Amino acid sequence: MNESLLKQARAGKWRSWRALLLTGAVALALCVPLLIPLAVSQAQTSAQGAQTDNPRAGFWREVRHGDVGYTTADTPDADVLIQNGGQNWRQLRNGPIANYGGWLMGIVLVAIAVFLTFRGRIRVEAGPSDMRVIRFSLWQRIVHWFTATTFVILALTGLAIFYGRAVLIPIMGKDAFSVIAMASKQIHNFVGPLFVVAVLMLVVTFIVGNFYERGDIKWLLKGGGMVGKGHVSAGCYNFGEKSWFWLATIAGIVVAGSGLVLDFPNFGQSRELMQLAEMIHAITAVIFIAASFGHIYIGTVGMEGALDAMVKGHVDANWAKEHHDRWYESMDKQGNVKPIGEVEGHRVGQGAQHRTT
Amino acid sequence: MARMKFLCDAERCIACNGCVTACKNANEPATPWGIQRRRVVTLNEGEPGQKSISVSCMHCTDAPCKAVCPVDCFYTTPDGIVLHNKDQCIGCGYCFYACPFGAPQFPEREAFGSRGKMDKCTFCAGGPLPDNSKEEYEAYGSNRVAEGKLPLCAEMCATKSLLAGDGEVISKIYLKRVMKRGTRPDTWGWERAYMQAL
Ligand code: SF4
Ligand code: SF4
Repeated sequence: MNESLLKQARAGKWRSWRALLLTGAVALALCVPLLIPLAVSQAQTSAQGAQTDNPRAGFWREVRHGDVGYTTADTPDADVLIQNGGQNWRQLRNGPIANYGGWLMGIVLVAIAVFLTFRGRIRVEAGPSDMRVIRFSLWQRIVHWFTATTFVILALTGLAIFYGRAVLIPIMGKDAFSVIAMASKQIHNFVGPLFVVAVLMLVVTFIVGNFYERGDIKWLLKGGGMVGKGHVSAGCYNFGEKSWFWLATIAGIVVAGSGLVLDFPNFGQSRELMQLAEMIHAITAVIFIAASFGHIYIGTVGMEGALDAMVKGHVDANWAKEHHDRWYESMDKQGNVKPIGEVEGHRVGQGAQHRTT
Repeated sequence: MARMKFLCDAERCIACNGCVTACKNANEPATPWGIQRRRVVTLNEGEPGQKSISVSCMHCTDAPCKAVCPVDCFYTTPDGIVLHNKDQCIGCGYCFYACPFGAPQFPEREAFGSRGKMDKCTFCAGGPLPDNSKEEYEAYGSNRVAEGKLPLCAEMCATKSLLAGDGEVISKIYLKRVMKRGTRPDTWGWERAYMQAL
Protein backbone atom coordinates (compact mmCIF):
# COMPACT_ATOMS: atom_id res chain seq x y z
CA MET A 1 0.00 0.00 0.00
CA ASN A 2 2.84 2.26 0.90
CA GLU A 3 4.50 1.71 -2.46
CA SER A 4 1.37 2.17 -4.45
CA LEU A 5 0.75 5.46 -2.70
CA LEU A 6 4.22 6.65 -3.51
CA LYS A 7 3.71 5.66 -7.11
CA GLN A 8 0.53 7.59 -7.24
CA ALA A 9 2.28 10.59 -5.78
CA ARG A 10 5.04 10.34 -8.33
CA ALA A 11 2.59 10.16 -11.19
CA GLY A 12 0.73 13.11 -9.79
CA LYS A 13 -2.57 11.34 -9.82
CA TRP A 14 -4.04 12.41 -6.53
CA ARG A 15 -7.74 11.83 -6.66
CA SER A 16 -8.87 13.27 -3.40
CA TRP A 17 -7.75 15.03 -0.25
CA ARG A 18 -7.94 11.73 1.56
CA ALA A 19 -5.14 10.35 -0.54
CA LEU A 20 -3.08 13.42 0.23
CA LEU A 21 -3.65 13.09 3.96
CA LEU A 22 -2.77 9.42 3.81
CA THR A 23 0.45 10.17 2.00
CA GLY A 24 1.36 12.65 4.68
CA ALA A 25 0.67 10.16 7.41
CA VAL A 26 2.80 7.51 5.71
CA ALA A 27 5.64 9.98 5.23
CA LEU A 28 5.53 10.86 8.92
CA ALA A 29 5.54 7.17 9.80
CA LEU A 30 8.62 6.69 7.63
CA CYS A 31 10.40 9.40 9.61
CA VAL A 32 9.92 7.69 12.95
CA PRO A 33 12.89 5.31 12.63
CA LEU A 34 15.08 8.33 11.96
CA LEU A 35 14.05 9.87 15.24
CA ILE A 36 14.87 6.80 17.30
CA PRO A 37 18.68 7.17 17.42
CA LEU A 38 18.27 10.83 18.32
CA ALA A 39 15.98 9.99 21.21
CA VAL A 40 18.34 7.26 22.37
CA SER A 41 21.36 9.54 22.32
CA GLN A 42 19.45 12.17 24.23
CA ALA A 43 18.45 9.64 26.83
CA GLN A 44 22.08 8.56 27.09
CA THR A 45 23.40 12.06 27.62
CA SER A 46 20.84 12.82 30.28
CA ALA A 47 21.71 9.54 31.98
CA GLN A 48 25.37 10.54 31.95
CA GLY A 49 24.51 13.91 33.39
CA ALA A 50 22.59 12.26 36.18
CA GLN A 51 25.49 9.90 36.98
CA THR A 52 28.23 12.47 37.37
CA ASP A 53 25.94 15.22 38.57
CA ASN A 54 28.28 17.99 37.57
CA PRO A 55 26.70 21.34 38.36
CA ARG A 56 28.99 23.12 35.93
CA ALA A 57 28.58 20.78 33.00
CA GLY A 58 28.67 23.56 30.44
CA PHE A 59 31.35 25.62 32.13
CA TRP A 60 34.47 24.28 30.48
CA ARG A 61 32.76 24.02 27.14
CA GLU A 62 32.05 27.76 27.40
CA VAL A 63 35.70 28.45 28.03
CA ARG A 64 36.60 26.56 24.90
CA HIS A 65 34.20 28.70 22.92
CA GLY A 66 36.16 31.82 23.63
CA ASP A 67 34.06 33.29 26.40
CA VAL A 68 35.24 36.55 27.81
CA GLY A 69 36.09 37.07 31.47
CA TYR A 70 37.58 39.77 33.65
CA THR A 71 41.30 40.37 33.85
CA THR A 72 43.60 43.11 35.04
CA ALA A 73 45.86 42.57 32.01
CA ASP A 74 45.28 45.21 29.36
CA THR A 75 46.96 43.56 26.39
CA PRO A 76 44.71 42.91 23.36
CA ASP A 77 42.25 40.04 23.83
CA ALA A 78 43.69 39.29 27.29
CA ASP A 79 40.19 38.63 28.63
CA VAL A 80 39.71 35.63 26.32
CA LEU A 81 40.98 32.44 27.91
CA ILE A 82 41.02 30.21 24.84
CA GLN A 83 40.47 31.43 21.31
CA ASN A 84 39.48 28.94 18.68
CA GLY A 85 40.14 30.96 15.51
CA GLY A 86 43.88 30.51 15.64
CA GLN A 87 43.73 26.82 14.91
CA ASN A 88 41.58 27.30 11.79
CA TRP A 89 43.77 30.15 10.64
CA ARG A 90 46.89 28.07 11.09
CA GLN A 91 45.46 25.16 9.14
CA LEU A 92 44.07 27.22 6.27
CA ARG A 93 47.12 29.41 5.91
CA ASN A 94 49.76 26.70 6.17
CA GLY A 95 47.61 24.25 4.22
CA PRO A 96 45.39 25.09 1.25
CA ILE A 97 46.30 28.77 0.90
CA ALA A 98 50.05 28.15 0.78
CA ASN A 99 49.72 25.00 -1.34
CA TYR A 100 47.18 26.12 -3.94
CA GLY A 101 48.84 29.53 -4.06
CA GLY A 102 52.18 27.96 -4.88
CA TRP A 103 50.63 25.73 -7.52
CA LEU A 104 48.76 28.63 -9.11
CA MET A 105 51.87 30.77 -9.51
CA GLY A 106 53.90 27.80 -10.72
CA ILE A 107 51.30 26.78 -13.30
CA VAL A 108 51.05 30.30 -14.70
CA LEU A 109 54.84 30.49 -15.05
CA VAL A 110 54.97 27.11 -16.78
CA ALA A 111 52.10 28.08 -19.10
CA ILE A 112 53.95 31.25 -20.09
CA ALA A 113 57.14 29.28 -20.76
CA VAL A 114 55.21 26.78 -22.89
CA PHE A 115 53.52 29.59 -24.78
CA LEU A 116 56.82 31.35 -25.44
CA THR A 117 58.37 28.11 -26.65
CA PHE A 118 55.61 27.17 -29.07
CA ARG A 119 54.13 30.48 -30.14
CA GLY A 120 57.19 32.62 -29.68
CA ARG A 121 57.29 36.39 -29.48
CA ILE A 122 54.37 38.18 -31.11
CA ARG A 123 56.07 40.34 -33.72
CA VAL A 124 54.87 43.44 -35.52
CA GLU A 125 54.24 41.68 -38.82
CA ALA A 126 54.44 44.75 -41.01
CA GLY A 127 57.71 45.72 -39.35
CA PRO A 128 58.53 49.12 -37.88
CA SER A 129 57.08 52.16 -39.60
CA ASP A 130 58.06 55.80 -39.31
CA MET A 131 54.70 56.82 -37.90
CA ARG A 132 53.91 56.81 -34.17
CA VAL A 133 50.62 56.93 -32.27
CA ILE A 134 50.36 58.70 -28.92
CA ARG A 135 49.11 56.11 -26.39
CA PHE A 136 49.76 57.09 -22.79
CA SER A 137 50.24 60.54 -21.29
CA LEU A 138 53.08 61.22 -18.91
CA TRP A 139 50.64 61.16 -15.99
CA GLN A 140 49.28 57.78 -17.04
CA ARG A 141 52.78 56.41 -17.25
CA ILE A 142 53.75 57.85 -13.87
CA VAL A 143 50.70 56.26 -12.26
CA HIS A 144 51.42 52.94 -13.99
CA TRP A 145 55.06 52.76 -12.94
CA PHE A 146 54.34 53.98 -9.44
CA THR A 147 51.83 51.17 -9.05
CA ALA A 148 54.15 48.70 -10.74
CA THR A 149 57.14 49.57 -8.56
CA THR A 150 55.23 49.36 -5.30
CA PHE A 151 53.52 46.18 -6.51
CA VAL A 152 56.78 44.40 -7.31
CA ILE A 153 58.34 45.44 -3.99
CA LEU A 154 55.29 44.23 -2.09
CA ALA A 155 55.08 41.00 -4.06
CA LEU A 156 58.72 40.09 -3.44
CA THR A 157 58.70 40.98 0.25
CA GLY A 158 55.30 39.36 0.75
CA LEU A 159 56.39 36.15 -0.95
CA ALA A 160 59.52 36.12 1.22
CA ILE A 161 57.40 36.30 4.36
CA PHE A 162 54.87 33.72 3.12
CA TYR A 163 57.13 31.16 1.44
CA GLY A 164 60.57 32.03 2.82
CA ARG A 165 60.36 29.49 5.63
CA ALA A 166 59.81 26.69 3.15
CA VAL A 167 62.00 27.95 0.32
CA LEU A 168 64.74 30.21 1.70
CA ILE A 169 65.53 28.77 5.14
CA PRO A 170 66.75 25.44 3.67
CA ILE A 171 69.06 27.42 1.37
CA MET A 172 70.48 30.09 3.67
CA GLY A 173 69.68 29.04 7.22
CA LYS A 174 67.51 30.72 9.83
CA ASP A 175 69.83 33.55 10.84
CA ALA A 176 70.43 34.88 7.34
CA PHE A 177 66.78 34.45 6.42
CA SER A 178 65.75 36.31 9.54
CA VAL A 179 67.62 39.39 8.25
CA ILE A 180 65.79 39.14 4.93
CA ALA A 181 62.46 38.55 6.63
CA MET A 182 62.95 41.50 8.95
CA ALA A 183 63.77 43.79 6.02
CA SER A 184 60.87 42.34 4.05
CA LYS A 185 58.45 42.97 6.86
CA GLN A 186 59.57 46.56 7.36
CA ILE A 187 59.57 47.37 3.65
CA HIS A 188 56.22 45.64 3.15
CA ASN A 189 54.66 47.59 6.02
CA PHE A 190 55.90 50.97 4.85
CA VAL A 191 55.39 50.53 1.09
CA GLY A 192 51.92 49.05 1.64
CA PRO A 193 50.18 52.38 2.28
CA LEU A 194 51.90 53.83 -0.82
CA PHE A 195 50.35 51.01 -2.83
CA VAL A 196 46.93 51.94 -1.46
CA VAL A 197 47.43 55.42 -2.93
CA ALA A 198 48.76 53.92 -6.15
CA VAL A 199 45.75 51.65 -6.64
CA LEU A 200 43.31 54.49 -6.11
CA MET A 201 45.17 56.66 -8.63
CA LEU A 202 45.31 53.73 -11.05
CA VAL A 203 41.56 53.21 -10.93
CA VAL A 204 40.77 56.88 -11.43
CA THR A 205 43.32 57.27 -14.22
CA PHE A 206 42.55 54.19 -16.28
CA ILE A 207 38.86 53.54 -15.74
CA VAL A 208 37.97 55.52 -18.86
CA GLY A 209 37.98 53.13 -21.80
CA ASN A 210 38.11 50.01 -19.66
CA PHE A 211 34.41 49.22 -19.64
CA TYR A 212 33.57 46.09 -21.55
CA GLU A 213 31.79 46.44 -24.90
CA ARG A 214 30.36 44.13 -27.50
CA GLY A 215 33.54 43.79 -29.54
CA ASP A 216 35.29 42.26 -26.55
CA ILE A 217 33.31 39.05 -26.88
CA LYS A 218 34.54 38.57 -30.43
CA TRP A 219 38.08 39.19 -29.29
CA LEU A 220 37.63 36.59 -26.57
CA LEU A 221 36.07 34.05 -28.93
CA LYS A 222 39.03 34.41 -31.24
CA GLY A 223 41.40 33.81 -28.32
CA GLY A 224 42.74 37.33 -28.53
CA GLY A 225 44.89 36.38 -31.49
CA MET A 226 47.10 34.40 -29.13
CA VAL A 227 46.34 31.18 -30.96
CA GLY A 228 46.44 30.84 -34.70
CA LYS A 229 47.25 33.52 -37.21
CA GLY A 230 45.60 36.76 -38.15
CA HIS A 231 44.71 39.80 -36.09
CA VAL A 232 41.72 40.41 -33.92
CA SER A 233 39.88 43.66 -33.97
CA ALA A 234 40.09 45.77 -30.80
CA GLY A 235 39.60 49.28 -29.52
CA CYS A 236 41.95 51.19 -27.25
CA TYR A 237 42.04 48.32 -24.77
CA ASN A 238 41.25 44.73 -25.71
CA PHE A 239 39.39 42.22 -23.56
CA GLY A 240 42.60 40.99 -21.92
CA GLU A 241 43.75 44.47 -20.99
CA LYS A 242 40.34 45.38 -19.60
CA SER A 243 40.21 42.20 -17.55
CA TRP A 244 43.63 42.92 -16.13
CA PHE A 245 42.46 46.43 -15.25
CA TRP A 246 39.41 45.11 -13.39
CA LEU A 247 41.40 42.38 -11.70
CA ALA A 248 43.99 44.94 -10.58
CA THR A 249 41.20 47.19 -9.36
CA ILE A 250 39.32 44.58 -7.37
CA ALA A 251 42.35 42.65 -6.11
CA GLY A 252 44.13 45.92 -5.44
CA ILE A 253 41.33 47.27 -3.27
CA VAL A 254 40.86 43.97 -1.42
CA VAL A 255 44.55 43.50 -0.82
CA ALA A 256 44.95 47.12 0.26
CA GLY A 257 42.02 47.02 2.66
CA SER A 258 43.03 43.74 4.28
CA GLY A 259 46.63 44.93 4.41
CA LEU A 260 45.67 48.07 6.30
CA VAL A 261 43.92 45.95 8.94
CA LEU A 262 47.19 44.08 9.49
CA ASP A 263 49.49 47.07 9.16
CA PHE A 264 47.95 49.13 11.94
CA PRO A 265 47.60 46.96 15.05
CA ASN A 266 47.57 50.18 17.08
CA PHE A 267 43.80 50.41 16.65
CA GLY A 268 43.36 47.32 18.79
CA GLN A 269 41.49 45.18 16.24
CA SER A 270 40.83 41.64 17.41
CA ARG A 271 42.82 38.55 16.54
CA GLU A 272 39.84 37.10 14.69
CA LEU A 273 39.69 40.09 12.37
CA MET A 274 43.42 39.92 11.73
CA GLN A 275 43.28 36.17 11.02
CA LEU A 276 40.56 36.79 8.48
CA ALA A 277 42.39 39.77 7.00
CA GLU A 278 45.59 37.74 6.68
CA MET A 279 43.84 34.96 4.78
CA ILE A 280 42.01 37.34 2.43
CA HIS A 281 45.26 39.23 1.93
CA ALA A 282 47.24 36.09 1.10
CA ILE A 283 44.63 34.60 -1.27
CA THR A 284 44.10 37.85 -3.16
CA ALA A 285 47.80 38.65 -3.33
CA VAL A 286 48.68 35.24 -4.74
CA ILE A 287 46.01 35.54 -7.46
CA PHE A 288 47.16 39.09 -8.19
CA ILE A 289 50.79 38.03 -8.48
CA ALA A 290 49.96 35.04 -10.70
CA ALA A 291 47.96 37.30 -13.03
CA SER A 292 50.72 39.90 -13.05
CA PHE A 293 53.10 37.32 -14.54
CA GLY A 294 50.88 37.29 -17.63
CA HIS A 295 50.71 41.08 -17.82
CA ILE A 296 54.45 41.54 -17.35
CA TYR A 297 55.18 38.86 -19.94
CA ILE A 298 52.94 40.25 -22.65
CA GLY A 299 54.07 43.80 -21.97
CA THR A 300 57.76 42.98 -22.35
CA VAL A 301 59.04 39.76 -23.87
CA GLY A 302 55.72 38.46 -25.18
CA MET A 303 54.86 41.19 -27.65
CA GLU A 304 57.17 43.27 -29.74
CA GLY A 305 56.43 47.00 -29.49
CA ALA A 306 54.14 46.80 -26.47
CA LEU A 307 56.60 48.17 -23.92
CA ASP A 308 56.95 51.40 -25.93
CA ALA A 309 53.45 52.41 -24.90
CA MET A 310 54.28 52.59 -21.19
CA VAL A 311 57.90 53.68 -21.54
CA LYS A 312 57.81 56.20 -24.38
CA GLY A 313 54.12 56.96 -24.32
CA HIS A 314 53.69 56.29 -28.03
CA VAL A 315 53.64 53.20 -30.19
CA ASP A 316 54.48 52.21 -33.73
CA ALA A 317 51.60 52.80 -36.13
CA ASN A 318 51.89 49.25 -37.49
CA TRP A 319 51.70 47.84 -33.96
CA ALA A 320 48.56 49.91 -33.39
CA LYS A 321 46.99 48.76 -36.65
CA GLU A 322 47.68 45.11 -35.89
CA HIS A 323 46.58 45.02 -32.26
CA HIS A 324 44.17 47.92 -31.79
CA ASP A 325 42.76 48.62 -35.25
CA ARG A 326 39.62 50.48 -34.16
CA TRP A 327 41.60 52.63 -31.76
CA TYR A 328 44.14 53.35 -34.52
CA GLU A 329 41.41 54.56 -36.84
CA SER A 330 39.98 56.97 -34.30
CA MET A 331 43.45 58.24 -33.40
CA ASP A 332 44.18 58.72 -37.09
CA LYS A 333 41.01 60.78 -37.45
CA GLN A 334 41.95 62.92 -34.46
CA GLY A 335 45.37 63.56 -35.97
CA ASN A 336 47.23 61.69 -33.25
CA VAL A 337 49.32 59.66 -35.66
CA LYS A 338 52.53 61.56 -36.11
CA PRO A 339 55.85 61.15 -37.88
CA ILE A 340 58.53 59.63 -35.68
CA GLY A 341 60.70 62.77 -35.60
CA GLU A 342 57.87 64.83 -34.18
CA VAL A 343 57.14 62.67 -31.13
CA GLU A 344 60.55 61.28 -30.29
CA GLY A 345 62.04 64.74 -29.70
CA HIS A 346 60.54 65.47 -26.31
CA ARG A 347 58.58 62.43 -25.34
CA VAL A 348 61.42 59.94 -25.43
CA GLY A 349 63.25 62.14 -22.97
CA GLN A 350 60.34 62.07 -20.59
CA GLY A 351 59.82 58.39 -20.99
CA ALA A 352 63.47 57.53 -20.45
CA GLN A 353 63.70 59.75 -17.43
CA HIS A 354 60.71 58.03 -16.04
CA ARG A 355 62.08 54.61 -16.68
CA THR A 356 65.11 55.15 -14.48
CA THR A 357 63.08 56.09 -11.41
CA MET B 1 62.74 12.80 30.43
CA ALA B 2 60.25 15.00 32.17
CA ARG B 3 57.55 16.68 30.12
CA MET B 4 57.01 20.11 31.67
CA LYS B 5 53.43 21.33 31.96
CA PHE B 6 51.34 23.95 33.70
CA LEU B 7 48.12 23.07 35.48
CA CYS B 8 45.85 25.66 37.07
CA ASP B 9 43.50 24.17 39.65
CA ALA B 10 40.48 26.41 39.14
CA GLU B 11 38.93 25.25 42.43
CA ARG B 12 41.79 26.86 44.28
CA CYS B 13 42.65 30.00 42.36
CA ILE B 14 41.62 33.11 44.30
CA ALA B 15 42.72 35.61 41.63
CA CYS B 16 45.32 37.17 43.91
CA ASN B 17 47.59 37.79 40.89
CA GLY B 18 50.57 36.65 42.93
CA CYS B 19 51.76 34.57 39.97
CA VAL B 20 51.64 37.64 37.73
CA THR B 21 53.76 39.59 40.18
CA ALA B 22 56.16 36.70 40.72
CA CYS B 23 56.62 36.36 36.96
CA LYS B 24 57.37 40.04 36.55
CA ASN B 25 59.83 39.75 39.39
CA ALA B 26 61.64 36.76 37.95
CA ASN B 27 61.81 38.08 34.40
CA GLU B 28 62.03 41.78 34.92
CA PRO B 29 64.37 43.01 32.20
CA ALA B 30 62.59 40.98 29.51
CA THR B 31 59.11 42.12 30.48
CA PRO B 32 58.95 45.91 30.23
CA TRP B 33 55.81 47.95 30.74
CA GLY B 34 53.05 46.54 28.58
CA ILE B 35 54.24 42.96 28.67
CA GLN B 36 52.60 40.57 31.07
CA ARG B 37 53.59 36.98 30.50
CA ARG B 38 50.99 35.60 32.86
CA ARG B 39 47.48 36.84 33.55
CA VAL B 40 44.53 35.79 35.66
CA VAL B 41 41.10 35.66 34.00
CA THR B 42 37.96 35.49 36.10
CA LEU B 43 34.90 33.97 34.47
CA ASN B 44 31.33 34.64 35.59
CA GLU B 45 32.63 37.34 37.87
CA GLY B 46 30.29 38.12 40.77
CA GLU B 47 27.93 35.31 39.84
CA PRO B 48 27.45 31.85 41.28
CA GLY B 49 30.07 29.57 39.79
CA GLN B 50 32.72 32.25 39.46
CA LYS B 51 36.11 30.79 38.56
CA SER B 52 39.54 32.24 38.10
CA ILE B 53 42.31 30.77 36.03
CA SER B 54 45.91 31.81 35.75
CA VAL B 55 47.12 31.49 32.18
CA SER B 56 50.27 32.03 30.17
CA CYS B 57 52.07 29.95 27.57
CA MET B 58 51.09 26.30 28.05
CA HIS B 59 54.10 24.99 26.09
CA CYS B 60 51.93 23.11 23.62
CA THR B 61 52.81 19.75 22.20
CA ASP B 62 52.10 20.69 18.57
CA ALA B 63 52.64 24.39 19.15
CA PRO B 64 50.54 26.57 16.81
CA CYS B 65 52.89 29.54 17.32
CA LYS B 66 55.77 27.44 16.06
CA ALA B 67 53.78 26.26 13.05
CA VAL B 68 53.02 29.74 11.73
CA CYS B 69 56.22 31.63 12.55
CA PRO B 70 57.59 32.85 9.18
CA VAL B 71 61.20 32.68 10.42
CA ASP B 72 60.76 29.37 12.28
CA CYS B 73 62.35 30.77 15.41
CA PHE B 74 60.62 28.50 17.95
CA TYR B 75 62.15 25.36 19.37
CA THR B 76 61.02 22.81 21.90
CA THR B 77 63.50 21.80 24.60
CA PRO B 78 63.90 18.13 25.56
CA ASP B 79 61.71 18.99 28.57
CA GLY B 80 58.87 19.99 26.26
CA ILE B 81 59.30 23.72 26.90
CA VAL B 82 58.53 25.93 23.88
CA LEU B 83 61.12 28.70 23.55
CA HIS B 84 61.96 31.15 20.81
CA ASN B 85 64.91 33.08 19.46
CA LYS B 86 64.40 36.83 19.76
CA ASP B 87 67.32 37.57 17.47
CA GLN B 88 65.46 35.87 14.65
CA CYS B 89 61.95 37.11 15.54
CA ILE B 90 60.68 39.79 13.16
CA GLY B 91 57.73 40.84 15.29
CA CYS B 92 55.07 39.93 12.74
CA GLY B 93 52.47 38.97 15.33
CA TYR B 94 51.50 35.68 13.64
CA CYS B 95 52.25 33.65 16.78
CA PHE B 96 49.77 35.86 18.61
CA TYR B 97 47.09 35.18 15.98
CA ALA B 98 47.67 31.43 16.22
CA CYS B 99 48.16 30.89 19.96
CA PRO B 100 44.96 29.61 21.63
CA PHE B 101 45.98 31.07 25.00
CA GLY B 102 46.99 34.58 24.00
CA ALA B 103 50.50 34.01 25.33
CA PRO B 104 52.73 35.96 22.90
CA GLN B 105 53.18 39.59 23.93
CA PHE B 106 54.72 42.56 22.16
CA PRO B 107 56.51 45.55 23.67
CA GLU B 108 55.04 47.90 21.04
CA ARG B 109 51.74 48.24 19.25
CA GLU B 110 52.40 50.98 16.75
CA ALA B 111 51.40 51.97 13.23
CA PHE B 112 53.05 50.16 10.29
CA GLY B 113 53.03 46.90 12.21
CA SER B 114 55.76 47.89 14.65
CA ARG B 115 55.47 45.44 17.50
CA GLY B 116 59.06 44.85 18.56
CA LYS B 117 60.34 41.38 19.42
CA MET B 118 57.78 38.93 20.70
CA ASP B 119 58.02 37.93 24.36
CA LYS B 120 56.27 35.10 26.11
CA CYS B 121 56.52 32.83 29.11
CA THR B 122 59.67 30.71 28.98
CA PHE B 123 58.68 28.39 31.85
CA CYS B 124 61.53 30.29 33.55
CA ALA B 125 63.88 28.45 31.22
CA GLY B 126 65.59 31.40 29.52
CA GLY B 127 66.34 31.26 25.82
CA PRO B 128 68.88 30.17 23.24
CA LEU B 129 71.71 32.21 24.79
CA PRO B 130 74.18 30.62 27.29
CA ASP B 131 72.39 29.46 30.45
CA ASN B 132 72.14 32.14 33.14
CA SER B 133 74.36 34.56 31.25
CA LYS B 134 73.73 38.27 31.57
CA GLU B 135 72.53 38.46 27.94
CA GLU B 136 70.10 35.63 28.46
CA TYR B 137 68.68 37.26 31.57
CA GLU B 138 68.24 40.58 29.82
CA ALA B 139 66.58 39.15 26.72
CA TYR B 140 64.54 36.28 28.13
CA GLY B 141 64.47 36.63 31.91
CA SER B 142 65.58 34.08 34.45
CA ASN B 143 66.60 30.52 33.73
CA ARG B 144 65.48 28.71 36.86
CA VAL B 145 65.11 25.41 35.06
CA ALA B 146 68.87 25.35 34.41
CA GLU B 147 69.32 25.76 38.20
CA GLY B 148 67.01 22.81 38.86
CA LYS B 149 64.14 25.04 40.01
CA LEU B 150 60.58 25.41 38.76
CA PRO B 151 58.87 28.57 37.39
CA LEU B 152 58.55 31.25 40.06
CA CYS B 153 54.82 31.81 39.45
CA ALA B 154 53.93 28.29 40.53
CA GLU B 155 56.47 28.24 43.34
CA MET B 156 54.95 31.38 44.81
CA CYS B 157 51.28 30.51 44.34
CA ALA B 158 49.76 31.02 47.79
CA THR B 159 47.01 28.42 47.41
CA LYS B 160 49.15 26.06 45.32
CA SER B 161 46.51 26.38 42.63
CA LEU B 162 49.07 26.87 39.91
CA LEU B 163 51.16 23.75 39.45
CA ALA B 164 54.22 23.57 37.23
CA GLY B 165 56.57 20.72 36.57
CA ASP B 166 56.74 17.24 35.17
CA GLY B 167 53.31 16.51 33.73
CA GLU B 168 53.12 13.12 35.45
CA VAL B 169 54.00 14.48 38.88
CA ILE B 170 51.59 17.40 38.79
CA SER B 171 48.74 15.32 37.44
CA LYS B 172 49.20 12.90 40.37
CA ILE B 173 49.04 15.78 42.85
CA TYR B 174 45.99 17.13 41.10
CA LEU B 175 44.21 13.77 40.95
CA LYS B 176 44.70 13.30 44.69
CA ARG B 177 42.99 16.64 45.26
CA VAL B 178 40.16 15.78 42.94
CA MET B 179 39.53 12.49 44.73
CA LYS B 180 39.56 14.14 48.12
CA ARG B 181 37.24 16.91 47.00
CA GLY B 182 35.00 14.56 45.09
CA THR B 183 34.99 16.87 42.08
CA ARG B 184 35.53 16.11 38.46
CA PRO B 185 39.00 16.73 37.03
CA ASP B 186 39.15 19.89 34.98
CA THR B 187 42.65 19.98 33.62
CA TRP B 188 42.20 23.41 32.24
CA GLY B 189 43.59 23.91 28.74
CA TRP B 190 45.24 20.51 28.63
CA GLU B 191 43.14 19.15 25.80
CA ARG B 192 44.07 22.08 23.62
CA ALA B 193 47.71 22.30 24.63
CA TYR B 194 48.71 18.67 25.14
CA MET B 195 45.89 16.94 23.19
CA GLN B 196 44.96 14.90 26.24
CA ALA B 197 42.97 15.59 29.38
CA LEU B 198 45.05 13.88 32.05
S1 SF4 C 1 50.52 28.44 24.54
FE1 SF4 C 1 50.71 29.73 22.71
S2 SF4 C 1 52.79 30.52 22.78
FE2 SF4 C 1 52.71 28.79 24.20
S3 SF4 C 1 53.37 27.02 22.99
FE3 SF4 C 1 51.13 27.09 22.87
S4 SF4 C 1 50.74 28.27 21.01
FE4 SF4 C 1 52.86 28.66 21.56
S1 SF4 D 1 56.27 37.61 16.11
FE1 SF4 D 1 58.29 36.66 16.05
S2 SF4 D 1 58.06 34.69 17.09
FE2 SF4 D 1 56.01 35.43 16.57
S3 SF4 D 1 55.57 34.48 14.58
FE3 SF4 D 1 56.42 36.50 14.15
S4 SF4 D 1 58.61 36.14 13.90
FE4 SF4 D 1 57.78 34.31 14.90
